[in-house]
Amino acid sequence: MFPSRFRYEAPSSLSEAVALLASHDDSKVLAGGQSLIPMMKLRFASPALLVDINNIPDLDQHDAQPDGGYRIGALVRHADLEKSTTLGEHQPTIAAAASLIADPIVRTRGTFVGSLCHADPQGDWASCMVALGGSIVAHGPNGRRTIPVDDFVAGPFQTVLASDEIAVEAVIPAANGSRKGGYLKLERRVGDFATAGVAVALEMSGSTVTNAGIGLTGVGSSTINAREAAAAIVGSPLGDDAINSAAEAAAAASSPRSDHRGSADYKRHVVATFVRRLLAQHQPTEAEVA
Amino acid sequence: MTLFEEVPVTTTREIPVRRVQMRVNGETRAANIEPRLLLAHLLRNGLQLTGTHTGCDTTNCGACTVLFDGQPVKSCTMFAVQADGHEITTVEGLATASELHPIQEGFKDEHGLQCGFCTPGMMLSAKALLEENPNPTEDEVRWALSGNLCRCTGYQNIVKAVLWAAEKMRGYTPASDDAADGGGEA
Repeated sequence: MFPSRFRYEAPSSLSEAVALLASHDDSKVLAGGQSLIPMMKLRFASPALLVDINNIPDLDQHDAQPDGGYRIGALVRHADLEKSTTLGEHQPTIAAAASLIADPIVRTRGTFVGSLCHADPQGDWASCMVALGGSIVAHGPNGRRTIPVDDFVAGPFQTVLASDEIAVEAVIPAANGSRKGGYLKLERRVGDFATAGVAVALEMSGSTVTNAGIGLTGVGSSTINAREAAAAIVGSPLGDDAINSAAEAAAAASSPRSDHRGSADYKRHVVATFVRRLLAQHQPTEAEVA
Repeated sequence: MTLFEEVPVTTTREIPVRRVQMRVNGETRAANIEPRLLLAHLLRNGLQLTGTHTGCDTTNCGACTVLFDGQPVKSCTMFAVQADGHEITTVEGLATASELHPIQEGFKDEHGLQCGFCTPGMMLSAKALLEENPNPTEDEVRWALSGNLCRCTGYQNIVKAVLWAAEKMRGYTPASDDAADGGGEA
């Protein structure tokens, strides 16, 4: 299989890239290409101009910001996040998900920001970003704008990015207290989409949860922001009752379909179980309660 | 006037061609290519390096894995034009003229293949692993190879082959299968 013909450009600066995108109304940005190239081969996508951003410097960094936030550049590969020795202390939810994205070979090439832009309703990273309240920074001819992830996705495989804008980084805001959390994914085999996935992001002051986000993967027609589930655990230490309420609320927020990956009831059960497991890790110990 | 008159073919769409140059198995190679040419096709059809296999052609199976600047990539999921200025290693780059690479020896010694179709991809994923982690556990080997599908072996001997190679590359002489089985009559 090979795609239809296209013009290929690999500019070495953002301004050139934006100018190229603006020069053609049927253009597309190429970063890792691990979703775009398969779609082009199947001819679900056939852009006339491909703007490869891999030669643009400074997009391959991910780091903690002076304000306590965290930034992930457009050329940071899944494997960069998976192999990072410092990511876990800053962003445990992202660190937990990194090794569960696709398979090891795809991870060496595919990018975090590219996955978000691909806007697959089954994508793992979107759930993490929803849980963390993150944003995407878009660079266009008139400068930059920051788009909260909840507003970023316009529908399946659609974002609000203009045709001459490039998503240059993802930003995760500073935590109120310490950042905890994780990601659990049930998959039939490596590289499959999630049967169900749960991202939990907590901000904790001592043993009290000051802010929380829960994102659900693969259990609806898009990424689900389980707000009620998150609200159930904010304001107090994580007790059994609060954890159960959150698990039930997350299962109720999901609307899975029965398919070859499992029945709807089964998937709801997995969601509740994953919420319980992720939250139980941050329950105060008996010594802390006393 | 007949019912049929052949007319000259005209091309309405300009075909974009780019010149690329890359190092393939240590040799500099250059070519004029269309941007839509996949790296797998450049290697197999253009450079006649048919050791790189295309299996699923849909980014699932990992048979087409090559090393791109030392990192494993699926060559069916990269455009050849993206390799311009980069270093590619295919299975043909593993052995020297006189000697197999320890990973190849391992696959031979531990019977790490049956039909052999997935083997080039497996060996290149293994090479990337062992360069980063010369002493992997069995779990680490399985994890690193989890993007390469094999439909014959059940993976058991592939994992053994990579562990054998790791040992050899660390400077030990691994026990061969025959020796481990005791050999001869009991």
